[in-house]
This record gives sequence, C-alpha cells and structure tokens, in this order.
Amino acid sequence: MRDFSYLRVDSVEAARNAAALPGAMLLAGGTTLIDLAKCGVAEPATVIDISYIEGLNAIDVTADRAVIGALAKMSHVADNAEVKSHFPAVSEALWQAASAQLRNMATIGGNLMQRTRCPYFRDPQNFPACNKREPGSGCSAIGGVTRGHAVLGTSEACIATYPGDLAIALVAFDAEVDLGERKLKVEDFFLAPGATAEREHDIRPGEVITAIEIPGSAAARRSTYLKVRDRQSYEFAAASAAVGLELEGDGRTIRDIRVAVGGVATKPWRAREVEDALKGKPLDEATVRKASELAMESAVDHGANHYKIALAPRVIARAILQLGETA
Amino acid sequence: MTSQTIIDPPEDGHFRNGQASNGSAPSPTTLSIHLTINGRDHALDIEPRVTLLDALRERLHLTGTKKGCDHGQCGACTVHVDGERVLACLTLAAQVEGRSITTIEGLADEDGTLHAVQAAFLEQDAFQCGYCTPGQIMSAVACIREGHAGSDEEIREYMAGNLCRCGAYPHIVAAVRQAAEGLRS
Repeated sequence: MRDFSYLRVDSVEAARNAAALPGAMLLAGGTTLIDLAKCGVAEPATVIDISYIEGLNAIDVTADRAVIGALAKMSHVADNAEVKSHFPAVSEALWQAASAQLRNMATIGGNLMQRTRCPYFRDPQNFPACNKREPGSGCSAIGGVTRGHAVLGTSEACIATYPGDLAIALVAFDAEVDLGERKLKVEDFFLAPGATAEREHDIRPGEVITAIEIPGSAAARRSTYLKVRDRQSYEFAAASAAVGLELEGDGRTIRDIRVAVGGVATKPWRAREVEDALKGKPLDEATVRKASELAMESAVDHGANHYKIALAPRVIARAILQLGETA
Repeated sequence: MTSQTIIDPPEDGHFRNGQASNGSAPSPTTLSIHLTINGRDHALDIEPRVTLLDALRERLHLTGTKKGCDHGQCGACTVHVDGERVLACLTLAAQVEGRSITTIEGLADEDGTLHAVQAAFLEQDAFQCGYCTPGQIMSAVACIREGHAGSDEEIREYMAGNLCRCGAYPHIVAAVRQAAEGLRS
C-alpha cells in the first residue's frame, strides 16, 4: 500500500473542503478503500477520515419516511426495530451482506460509494487492462472468466457487476441520497458504465453524502430481499431481488409492486417492466413467473454468466410469491 | 495524535497530515497517536497507512491477533472496538484513536480465569491448528453479546465471517452454543 497523508475532520463542512482536493479520498468504514489500497487499485494522496464527525449516524424512522445518517453502521440499521418493521427489505439486504465484522465497520454512505468491482479490477499486476482503473486501456473481463459478471447494463468498456445489496432495496423504494446542495434518486446516483466505466456515481468533487431518505409505503412495509448465492452466507449474489407488494382489498389483485434486481447488472437495477406487467393483475404463480421473465429482456451474456438470465426471473418470482403468502 | 490535526482545511492548498503546506504536494509523515488496548494506553509513532493489525503485531507485539488474508475475507484479525467486532486488517490504527480496543490477550480475567467462550472452545475441541481461533473467539464473544446466537442456524450465519481451513465448524458452533447458554443462565 502506497503511503498517504491522513487528515481527520470533525465537520461536514471540513469534509467537503477536504474532499475537493486533488487525490483526496474520504475514509468512513474503510472496508473497500483499505482493501483496494492494498491491491494497488486505490492510491489516495490524502485520506480524509470522516468517521469522527458527530451527529451523522442517526437512524430516524417513521411510517412515512426513513432518514438514515451517512455514518450509521450497516449492522445498526439492519438491527433497527423500526427499519425491520417499516422497511423489512432494507434490513434483510443489510444483514445478508458481507460479514458481521464488516457490517460493524461499513457505513451507509460508504456502502453507496463502494466500487463496482470485478476480480480483474482488483488485480492490476496481472491484468493491466481495465477501463475503470485506466480509461481506454480495455476490459480484461470480456473474453475472460465471466461467471460473476453482469448481463444487464453492460457496455464494451465494462461488464463488472454492481456488488452491493442495500442499494437494490433502495432503488426499489425510490430512496434518495442527500448530498447537501443536491438530492438525487439513488437510481440516478448510480451510473451504468457506458463509455466512462471509471465513473460509477453522479457525485462531484467536494460533495459528501450526509444521509439517505426512503419514503414509506405499503409496498415497503410488505417487502423482502431474496439473495441467491454460491454459498449460503458471506458471498455476493448470483442473483437477488428486492420486492415490495401491496394488494387490493380483495387480497389477490396487485395494487402496487416494486421490483429491483442485484447480482446481474452493472448498477442497482429497477425492473419496471415486471412492475408494469403485474399492476392490476391477480397474484398467481403463472402470471408472476411470466412477468418476471420481462426483467431479462435486454440481457446480454458473456458466456459463463449465461445462467443469470435464467436464474434472475426465478429469484424475482420466488420473492413475489413468498411475499404473497405472508399476511 | 494531537488535537491540531482536527482542523478546518483551507479553501485550497495541501495537507501534511493536518498541517497546510503551501505549494508542494502532500507527503506522508509520521503520526503520533495513542491507542487504548486492553485498558492500557500506548503511544505510537506510525505511518498513516499502518493498519491496526500491523500496529498490534509488529509494534506492540500483541501477536494473538492473527494475519490471515489481510483483505477482510477470513476474520483471523477480529478484535473489538468499543465492544463491537471489527477487522483489524482493514482498520487504520489512526482511525481508532480514543476508542477502546480489546484483543484476545485482554479477554481472560487478570488472574488467568478464561472467558466463558475460551473455556467452551477448549471443552468442545473447537479447533485443530488454532490459527483462526483468536478471531473465532473474539467474533463469538460479540456474536453472543449482540443476541445473534439464538440457534445453530443463527450462529452459523453470524459467524460466517470467520473461516476455518481445518473445518472445525461443527465444534465451533457447539462451543458458541454452549457459551451462549452458559452466559444466559
């Protein structure tokens, strides 16, 4: 790891000023930054430690809205009784992510800022070509081992899968990220690679995430996060789905439904085709399975990740049907 | 670290570990920090990049905390910061100044009486080579304290961040279950 200067700040204002400096990177939980610095991928000139800023870790939840401070730990949000009650998919996405130790370190703001990374991105010594690390250098994954790579939102520049879980639930329920001067939909905050794979977030120099806000809804209250993976725990998703459901008074017609998928796309991916096909329709298995297929209409595989195109609709359908069985 | 490092940065300019230096690019310099480990205060001069794990092992010779993967994937370096389990390999030493750090060396009583989790690991033969054991035990103590040791299934889920290449998992689960039951009663 290349050495860096270390600066500790005690206010958001100081963090914003420091974040605007060339070569500066913010340090919160450090679980991605320190790892990538050890890999030789992240080479900050100055590390701005924001973890000592007070008052940024509040978790304020009502039926109408959740406001979660950027420095709240993943574990604390996952275990919060009000989050579990009003936004179960958010809690489930959090406790199924990473490990207990990492969740005690990683913050909500840092979680959103984790890099979209693939094994080639993390290995500059063996794979110098990576458009994320070095724009224009090429993509080592295309033509390589692609079992974990994305099938949605890819480009010729990059096919890395967005690895997070929390943001999948956030885009399903129209959450916003608070950048101080600006508030953005989480869905718009994340950028697909296109021709600029190095740019993963709509964030400008000097901007600091202070909170996320999630609007409450009936669908958010009846929601779940289903994560299917190669091993049962401590693993990235092969495919995952954040789903919320609201039924009409008849108990079987779908009034509102939210679907977002993880483990298959280059950014947190809202599956509006599935939602539109199901609104007003009866909640039965055949209808749900047919609609879930629509999530993969624009999918493109790179060989070994072909299975994701078959897997993701099944994960979506199972999540919806399981929710339908709950009262 | 001295209090001067908590400053409002200038509108422009560079930092030399908290002190603005005009013109030149920021260059790493030594930090003087204080760490509170197992109730004792330690003064250290370190480079900013030094992790808590390397500070513990290489500088303070507290080698009970193990280096496995050094990338947050194995859990061998698990310690407690303010009572919560974290990975020392992904924590900068400078980042835990003023926090209360507990390592495996600080778990037993002063008179040598083992913590209930340590005793349970012995009784259940919950290790083979022992390299992952300090991390497993620190993780298990926190797992029980968090209330995440209510069933074998829950123990397996919340201990998933600690790998054991010898495959002692069934005995590890049994030890955590035994310690959790003992600490509840």
